[in-house]
Amino acid sequence: MIRIEGLTKHFRKVKALEGIDLHVREGELFAYLGPNGSGKTTTIRILTGLSSPTSGDAYLHGFHILRETLQAKRQCGLVPQSINLDHELTVQENLSIHGKLFQMPHRLRNERIEEMLHYVDIADRRKTPVKHLSGGMKRRVMIARALMHSPKILFLDEPTVGLDPKIRRRIWSLIKKIQQNGSTIFLTTHYIEEAEFLAQRVAFLDEGQIIALDTPQNLMNRLGKWAVDNIVEGEMETTYHSSREGANAHILRQDGSLSVRRVNLEDVFISVTGKKVQP
Amino acid sequence: MRGCLAVYHRELLILKKKFWRQTASMSVAPLLYLIAFGFGVGKDLQVDGRSYMEFLIPGLVAMSSMTQAFAIASEINIARFYWRIFEEFQAAPIRNIAYVTGEVLAGITRALFAVALILFIGLLSGVVLSYGLFFWLAVVLNSFLFASMAVCMAMLVRSHADQALLTNFFITPMAFLGGTFFPVDHMPLWAQKILNFLPLTHAAQSIRASSFGQATPEPFSYLLLAAMGLALFVLAFHCVNKAKD
Repeated sequence: MIRIEGLTKHFRKVKALEGIDLHVREGELFAYLGPNGSGKTTTIRILTGLSSPTSGDAYLHGFHILRETLQAKRQCGLVPQSINLDHELTVQENLSIHGKLFQMPHRLRNERIEEMLHYVDIADRRKTPVKHLSGGMKRRVMIARALMHSPKILFLDEPTVGLDPKIRRRIWSLIKKIQQNGSTIFLTTHYIEEAEFLAQRVAFLDEGQIIALDTPQNLMNRLGKWAVDNIVEGEMETTYHSSREGANAHILRQDGSLSVRRVNLEDVFISVTGKKVQP
Repeated sequence: MRGCLAVYHRELLILKKKFWRQTASMSVAPLLYLIAFGFGVGKDLQVDGRSYMEFLIPGLVAMSSMTQAFAIASEINIARFYWRIFEEFQAAPIRNIAYVTGEVLAGITRALFAVALILFIGLLSGVVLSYGLFFWLAVVLNSFLFASMAVCMAMLVRSHADQALLTNFFITPMAFLGGTFFPVDHMPLWAQKILNFLPLTHAAQSIRASSFGQATPEPFSYLLLAAMGLALFVLAFHCVNKAKD
C-alpha cells in the first residue's frame, strides 16, 4: 500500500531523512515513532506531495509520488500536525471546499459531508465557523475533511498533540474506527502510549533513519516483560527481566528507591538510541 | 479546471464572509483621494480641457484595480503562513496552474468589485464617463497583471512582514507616480521615460483614454499589459513549485 525505497531528504547541510526503506501493508495501522526533529513530518510531507525528496522513490497504492503525483494524491488523506482549517468558514464549508479540490461531484460531495459530520460526531456544529470550535473539535473536523474523498491511505501527523487526555482517547477511538473500516493509517507520534495503543507495527525513527521496526509486542519482548527502575545518585538505571519473579529478585538484591513496571516502547527506544522519545 | 474553481470558490467565500468590511475598506482610500484631491485641491482645476474630477476617476480606477488585485497576496500569505491552508491546496490532486488561475481570478474579481465601487462613488459625485469595452479590457488586463504579480510575490516572500515591505516599496510609489493623480506628460522628460516603464502608467492612460470616449485605443499599452501579465502568470506558476519546501 505504501512502499518507500531509499527515501532521502537534505535541507542544505541538514540530513532530515537518510535512505528510508519501508513497506506499509493494506489496512495496517502503522506508527512512526521518534523524537521531535527525527524526520517523521518530513516523511509525511514528501509522501503527500508537500515536499520533494532529494532522492529515492515512494509509491502510494502503486502510484509513484513524483511521476504520478495526482493519482498518488487521490489515494491519500492528510491530517497535518498544525490546524490548517479555514477559520472564517464554517465546518460544512471547509469540507465542501475539500470535496471540490478533490473534484467530487456535487451530489456525492453533499452526501459525504453529511456522512463525515456524523462519523466524527460534529453534525450539530456544521454551521459553526471553525474559529468558534475547541481544539478537539477542530481535530475531528480535520479528520472528517481528510476522509471526505474516501482515501485508501490516511496520514495522521501527531493527531493528538496539544489535546487533553480525555479528548486524546476520543481521537484514538476514532482512529481505531477508521482503521476497522478498512483504511490504511500511517501515524506519526512522539506519544509512546499512542503508538502502543493504536499501532499494529511501529518504526522507530532517529536522526532520519529507521532504527527498529516490528510489532509493539515484539519490540518490547526484545528487552523482557518487566522493568525495574533504580534511582542511583539522581540517575535512573533500568534493568529488564523476562518475569515478575526475576524483577522481584533483582529488587531484593539492590539498595535505594526501586520500582517495578511493565516494559514499554520508550524502554525499547532508549535501549536502541540512548535517548528518550519525549524530551 | 475544477481545481481552479475550488480555489476561486474558496476566495469568494472568504470575500463574502468579509463583505461589508471589504466594501468599507475598498471605499475608504478612493473616497479620501476624491475628497482631498477632487473636491479640495482640484476643485477649480482643469486638465487637458476636463475637470480634475473627470481626470481623477479613471486614475483611481487604475490604482484601485492594481491595489485590490495585488491584495490577493495578503490573502494568500495569511492562508500560507497563518492558517496554513496552502498545505491543503498542495496536498490536493490539482495542478499548480489550477491553483495560480484560481488565485488570479480571485484577484481580478476583487479588483472589478473595487472598480465598481469607484464608479458608483464617481456617479454620486456627478461624474459620468464612458465605460465601454476598451475601458473594461484595460481594467481586466491591469488586474490580471497585478494579481499574477501578487501570486509570485506571495510565493517568494518568507513572512507577512516581507509582503508589507514589497507593498511599501513597490505598489505605493507606483500608485502615486503611475499617472493616477497627474498627467505623466507634465513631468520632465527624464521622469516620463522612467514612468513609462511602469505598467500602471499604461493602465491609467488606457483607462483614461477609453473613459474619455477615445474610439481607437493605444494598442501598445494593451499589448504591454497583456504581455507583462502573461509573463508574470508563468512566473507565478514556477514560484508555486519553488514554494514547496
